[in-house]
Amino acid sequence: MANKEKDVKLLGFWASPFSRRVEMALKLKGVSYEYLEQDIVDKSALLLELNPVFKKVPVLVHNGKILAESHLILEYIDQTWKSNPILPQDPYEKAMARFWAKFVDEQVGPVCFKSVVKAEKGIEIAIEEAQELITFLEKELTGKDFFGGKTIGFLDLVAGSMIPFCLARSWEGMEIDMIPEEKFPELNRWIRNLNDIEVVSECIPHREKQIEHMMKVVERIKLA
Amino acid sequence: MAKKEDSVKLLGFWASPFSRRVEMALKLKGVPYEYLEEELPKKTPLLLELNPVHKKVPVLVHNDKILSESHVILEYIDQTWSNNPILPQDPYEKAMARFWAKFVDEQILPAGFMSLVKAEKGIEVAIEETRELIMFLEKEVTGKDFFGGKTLGFLDIVAGSMISFCLARAWECMGIDMISEEKFPGLNRWIEKLNEVEIVRECIPPKEKHIERMNKIIERTMSS
Repeated sequence: MANKEKDVKLLGFWASPFSRRVEMALKLKGVSYEYLEQDIVDKSALLLELNPVFKKVPVLVHNGKILAESHLILEYIDQTWKSNPILPQDPYEKAMARFWAKFVDEQVGPVCFKSVVKAEKGIEIAIEEAQELITFLEKELTGKDFFGGKTIGFLDLVAGSMIPFCLARSWEGMEIDMIPEEKFPELNRWIRNLNDIEVVSECIPHREKQIEHMMKVVERIKLA
Repeated sequence: MAKKEDSVKLLGFWASPFSRRVEMALKLKGVPYEYLEEELPKKTPLLLELNPVHKKVPVLVHNDKILSESHVILEYIDQTWSNNPILPQDPYEKAMARFWAKFVDEQILPAGFMSLVKAEKGIEVAIEETRELIMFLEKEVTGKDFFGGKTLGFLDIVAGSMISFCLARAWECMGIDMISEEKFPGLNRWIEKLNEVEIVRECIPPKEKHIERMNKIIERTMSS
């Protein structure tokens, strides 16, 4: 249970979907927080002290309690601030939200970005493999406004920070039409629905800046 | 809430720590289940039908609900059968249990197996790097019987299935004394305590068969 949050700090990075999704959750629940922008290349002493295990953003500090790993942070936020719940109550639906969120970060993210950049078996195959994975999400959305139903939930925050802004802008930079309307009508509708939500639109990184950032990441991957 | 006429099936593999940990949880909660052994690497049509996304064990089927990904399954089991809780109630302690469990599977496992076998920077460096990671867990368990406190919890089940039987046997095959008593007294005591718990003992893969299999995997990895 939280009284007035005495001290909520978030260490984040403007272009990180992992960091942005935590911001979305905090805003959704009306939690005020102090945001500390991090340089993810030249890492601050604070970041290394607070997250010695992974040395990454986001890190949430709540009244002296330190949390890392975005999914865990989202779950903690959901249990600590009860308004606008993110996860469903039902154990199975909760499991499914977690399952697909894991799928987004562990499968969709790498396959739809790094594998496309490297295109080891050629760009056409890379795109096809990426689209095969995205099709699973398309099916999950059928007949729903959001993955969470009528309102945004855990999977919307995870997929919503990863796909429409981070990955989509990478695809734009690489001139790939990854999720065309004809093949992915549900996802495209979902993205439009997301754009209408204030807490989401407040957390979208600036478009040109993000494309520029993602293209630098692309170059780094190609050179590695 | 679970009822007497529940049907619980588990698709698993005898040597998989991911599969074994689900069995531990079900036994801990006294949940009767039908176990279906997959003869990996051959995958049955049932497995491919129930887990089309990842095509892996474990898969839990509870009545008509299908779940995969071991951490997701453990959380579902904990919420569905509330006796002998696995996760703590407190949101922060819950987050910490999840954090370290993720660390075990995503950091300790690759470092403690693949990186060792390949030993790209030499075996001594690989061993040192693995020990550095394991030291985080040593600190977590110091002064406690189990990670969960006086009784087994989520992290005991995850780390117990992964480290004490799976990785420890791999290290034995490779002739590596990874977690020596002097350097890791907490963890060694924890392993002794684990061995005293009946449901854990019931879920340990048979030693010779396990070591034989580990040796084959190591050879295959070295020659690939």
